[in-house]
Amino acid sequence: MLHAVPLLAATRATWPDILVFAAAAAVILVGAIGVVTSRNPVHAALSLVMTLFGVAVLFIEQEADFLAAVQIIVYAGAIVVLFLFVIMFLGVDRAEDITTERLSGQRPLAVVFSLITLGGVLAMVATSHWVTGAKQVVGPIQGHVAGPNSPAGEPAQLGKQLFTTYLFAFEATAALLVIAVVGAVVLARRPPSVEGKDETEAGASASASTDSELPA
Amino acid sequence: MSLSGAWYIGLAAIVFTIGAIGLLVRRNILIMFMCIELMLNAANLTFVTFARMLNDIGGQAIVFFVLVVAAAEVVVGLGIVVTNYRRRETTVADDLNSLKG
Repeated sequence: MLHAVPLLAATRATWPDILVFAAAAAVILVGAIGVVTSRNPVHAALSLVMTLFGVAVLFIEQEADFLAAVQIIVYAGAIVVLFLFVIMFLGVDRAEDITTERLSGQRPLAVVFSLITLGGVLAMVATSHWVTGAKQVVGPIQGHVAGPNSPAGEPAQLGKQLFTTYLFAFEATAALLVIAVVGAVVLARRPPSVEGKDETEAGASASASTDSELPA
Repeated sequence: MSLSGAWYIGLAAIVFTIGAIGLLVRRNILIMFMCIELMLNAANLTFVTFARMLNDIGGQAIVFFVLVVAAAEVVVGLGIVVTNYRRRETTVADDLNSLKG
């Protein structure tokens, strides 16, 4: 079965849907612009939280309740906190001078090429139909029978697919997370040459010893 | 009934563009990472939109894996930032010019 999905098809959107989308889109865009234009990295991280919440609202609006919860927990709860931890741990939460352009002509070029990409995507959205492959790969989101004993809802279906169709990929992500944890520990460990000295000497000689390891 | 998918995909394209501009323009490595997160979120929004439009839960499963990969990427990336800060005392990408000829 080959079916084309017209992207601009008229749907029966009610005014609460439009309101929710408009509010979430405004929150997302303000947060995204805040990330790019903040001079202070802490403010950028908080703007990122704003964007992530807006995306979570749009996930709920599109019947992806479980992903919205995971979005809040993993992104806002873990990743942004990790960002803030590193910013404050390094003490780089100073305001940065972003008025000067360190490579002349880079900013206009970046904006021009990004806007060309955006225009291409928007033109594609406006003009084309998404012709997709034959049949659904895994299974429908709707269509389950609600009942007192049926594990209804999108989280149950997502979980079922994760542990059947995508089992290999799921196990691979487990391996990926273990590798990431080991890598983070190895990276964050102090170099062995510094250990064993007293604190002031270690701090002073850290840059010298590592510079000798890595000739500039 | 939600809005048509074009609205969501247009919004995702705009967010992706903002993230791309930020990644190209900003020179602070931490903020460049945040811009990468913005771009990943735009892609996630597109996946969820197509999952709804095509009524296929596979799009949502992909988003789950993108979240895991993003978490792993941030962990390793911030580890590199911390290690680099110990050696060079900077988080500005322009200052990392050891390989400059």
